[in-house]
Amino acid sequence: MSATLKVHSLESCGTVDGPGIRFVVFLQGCALRCQYCHNPDTWKMSGGTAYTVEELFAEISKYKSYMRFSKGGVTVTGGDPLLQAGPLVELFKLCRESGIHTALDTSGFLLNDRVKELLGLTDLVLLDIKHFDPETYKAITGAGLGPTLEFFEYTQAQGIPVWIRYVLVPGLSDQPEHIRALAAYLGGFQHIQRIDVLPFHKMGEYKWNELGYEYKLGDTPEPSKESLVAAMAIFKEYNLQVATT
Amino acid sequence: MQNAWKGFTPGDWTKSVDVRDFIQKNFSPYLGNAGFLADPTEDTKALWEQVQGLYQEETERGILDAETRIPSTITSHGPGYLDRDRETVVGFQTDAPLKRGILPNGGIRVVKGALEAYGYQLDPMTEEIFTSFRKTHNDGVFDAYTEGMLAARKSGIITGLPDAYGRGRIIGDYRRAALYGLDFLIQAKEAEKRQLDMDYMEEDTIVLREELSEQIAALKELVAMARSYGFDIRRPAENAREAIQWTYFAYLAAIKEQDGAAMSLGRVSTFLDIYIERDLRNGTLTEAGAQELMDHFVMKLRMVRFLRTPQYNDLFSGDPTWVTEAIGGVGLDARPLVTKTSYRMLHTLYTLGPAPEPNLTILWSEQLPEPFKRYVAQVSIDTSSIQYENDDLMRESYGDDYGIACCVSAMRIGKQMQFFGARANLAKALLYAINGGKDEYLGIQVGPEFAPITGDTLEYQEVMRKFDQVMDWLAQLYINTLNVIHYMHDKYAYERVQMALHDKDVLRTSACGIAGLSVVADSLSAIKHSKVRVIRNAEGLAVDYEVDPDSYPAFGNNDDRVDELANGLVETFMNKLRKHKTYRDSIPTLSVLTITSNVVYGKKTGATPDGRKKGEPFAPGANPMHGRDKNGAIASMASVAKLPYKHAADGISYTFSIVPKALGKDAASRVDNLAGMLDAYFHDTGHHINVNVFDKETLLDAMDHPEKYPQLTIRVSGYAVNFVKLTREQQLDVIHRTFHEKI
Repeated sequence: MSATLKVHSLESCGTVDGPGIRFVVFLQGCALRCQYCHNPDTWKMSGGTAYTVEELFAEISKYKSYMRFSKGGVTVTGGDPLLQAGPLVELFKLCRESGIHTALDTSGFLLNDRVKELLGLTDLVLLDIKHFDPETYKAITGAGLGPTLEFFEYTQAQGIPVWIRYVLVPGLSDQPEHIRALAAYLGGFQHIQRIDVLPFHKMGEYKWNELGYEYKLGDTPEPSKESLVAAMAIFKEYNLQVATT
Repeated sequence: MQNAWKGFTPGDWTKSVDVRDFIQKNFSPYLGNAGFLADPTEDTKALWEQVQGLYQEETERGILDAETRIPSTITSHGPGYLDRDRETVVGFQTDAPLKRGILPNGGIRVVKGALEAYGYQLDPMTEEIFTSFRKTHNDGVFDAYTEGMLAARKSGIITGLPDAYGRGRIIGDYRRAALYGLDFLIQAKEAEKRQLDMDYMEEDTIVLREELSEQIAALKELVAMARSYGFDIRRPAENAREAIQWTYFAYLAAIKEQDGAAMSLGRVSTFLDIYIERDLRNGTLTEAGAQELMDHFVMKLRMVRFLRTPQYNDLFSGDPTWVTEAIGGVGLDARPLVTKTSYRMLHTLYTLGPAPEPNLTILWSEQLPEPFKRYVAQVSIDTSSIQYENDDLMRESYGDDYGIACCVSAMRIGKQMQFFGARANLAKALLYAINGGKDEYLGIQVGPEFAPITGDTLEYQEVMRKFDQVMDWLAQLYINTLNVIHYMHDKYAYERVQMALHDKDVLRTSACGIAGLSVVADSLSAIKHSKVRVIRNAEGLAVDYEVDPDSYPAFGNNDDRVDELANGLVETFMNKLRKHKTYRDSIPTLSVLTITSNVVYGKKTGATPDGRKKGEPFAPGANPMHGRDKNGAIASMASVAKLPYKHAADGISYTFSIVPKALGKDAASRVDNLAGMLDAYFHDTGHHINVNVFDKETLLDAMDHPEKYPQLTIRVSGYAVNFVKLTREQQLDVIHRTFHEKI
């Protein structure tokens, strides 16, 4: 009996979650409850479709040509993939044997032995840091910042390349002083390949309503181009590679 | 020949007509990037401005002007000029730019109808000649059509047949005029004719002797036409400007004599590059001058016009001419056939702006130089004006000097031609299987009469058994219909000058086609994997179906449960076509291609068991049905790539539309991802792909403000159009088609 993964959905043409063309696996289940989450339907562990590791790998393998020629790979996101680290280890082993590049898109909320084993098989981490002020982090996500930083420093120690993703939400995560503090912290690490500053959008709002959750950011506007550029400029000051949007 | 061939490496090509050998011995592959390209000259800008003015007038009036009396022949009209002092390449189909000629050999009624639709009157004497004294192709076909053929034509189970207009899809080797000059070609044809002095005159020989005589006469007319512009093309071209002019004259003769649905140019860029390179080496041409020549050549190709009826426009919208030029590819010796003039040809999409014609087609190979792959990906992203076909797949069958007829059909240039056969509506065939051969729209018996399906829900085995019978009937009727059409076309509207630019013995194919592949595949999948309830009208005819659209695997999700059904359909229908005797022993082939006619086919087809409603458009070509491909863009491409090319050797058309953001976050990664996507799609044996990159909002805005987007070009099935020239219905169809926009 092989391990199973609870899958929310699959996307064959991801082009923003890692280099090249990505086969993106959205897993079910998340530990955080971020106010601006655009996939709240992935929060609960219940629901989703069960795939055995072999089934999912067979699905991924159908797209090997696309991954190979575009220098892409597979990206596992969610939800948060760390909640299913055990079976993911099996999946990533198969990927590594086949030379498929693996990326893990996570908040880094957990670092146990399973997760460490998973990171040992991961080629790239896409790490979401929601905020650098512990209080605000807690307010946005409902969880603590500490584990994420611990996770991040572990990737440094292991030499795993990281892309940092920071979602810019007006009134919530756009305070220059906090962005500066984060940039100053990150500037000290060599394994960061790039920073993505992502503008907040409300494309997931309808899902909150469908699920009967209260969406608190209904009145929050999308960030202006200027505020986006300003945030990006701060990261650049600390010699971080910021992706253009 | 001394001057003309000076500096060229000799070979077999110097002794007999062999353009490929000339190219292989003389071309210089270019492995660099686009950095060398030059901007348009002042003359080019002035000319293009003038052309755009004419376009605007044409758009306002429908057509700019038309001949009403003298049928178009190679020498009937001209010379015509745009601006004699600025044009480096000259020649129009009639005596004025964009003025449409009339070609009544195909059928006088169509000519009369088209003229009247635009407010012109056909000269009574001309009408009299082509009614009382000279029979047309159209008359011949209808004299021979059977009742069954007429019924199939009326119900639309076979549509778009070239029985009232030129069949097209024949590519003359126009390069021969430049390389050899007409004296050489005429002598070669005379020698071919002498080979046909047999002891016993069989029909084949008599036909060919007459055709060769016609070909020689046409070549002589071509000489006369060029002379009217002041050129002596009896001798070969001596420089790049002449090589382009001679090639264009040969092509011009073809489009003066034939208004075929598709009049491809062939594969001229790398051929012309040899002349351009020689002039550059000799110091008689600059890069700016080389680009100017290509710009002026392309401007002429953009001004090719045929007189069409408004009904024709419903089928093939946007006034397409399919001046298809194949660019790139790799030689049998593995050297890429990419030259600087491949770039110069593509660069016209910048110097003159995007445009649907010429129909620029990249022959893609994994072995193409990386800078070229990236350049063409960039061109796609910037202009949405080019299409791609799998050179690694086609080279196996067609070598390295083939062109693309119309949209997707490969053929060796000068050595192969096809009998164009439009397409059969497979979705309708499935409905005939359910309704015992009765048409669901007309309520009349069109197919063979057999017991209809009477159950409340459709049972897969029963449907397949009956569907197979209907396909047997359809394949036979289809081939027989094509035989009638092409017999008559050869008899009454033979392509003299185009065939003069072929070898004597050509390979012929009977190019059949199917429409509605994804509708049928999804219908069969629904019947097999879910439950389809039948709704019948008072006469007992099945007219609608109830099915949960999410309850069965749909084509376009890379799911073998349905993709295998699609593959099976293609193979089955092709094998049925292969059973029948074809005109001139042509080899039957099949395409999965609809042009924009997917809208019209859908309109004529009742509701289908996949849940598609009566009258709704089909997906274009081999595309998955709108909105049913739910696993993203790549899954959709992967399903299409699996379709068996060996059973659809006339081409499998796929149109791919994506918003820029979904292609990548920044400009560089968009180019990389698109190039990677193309490499993978073709590696996985995809045959053809149109690439559109733009936001839906742009199209919506263009619908409301067409004046802002005169050059907005989009790829539809196998060709490109000015978006603003599509009918509103077709514009909406394009917008509703799956746009891959997930990011």
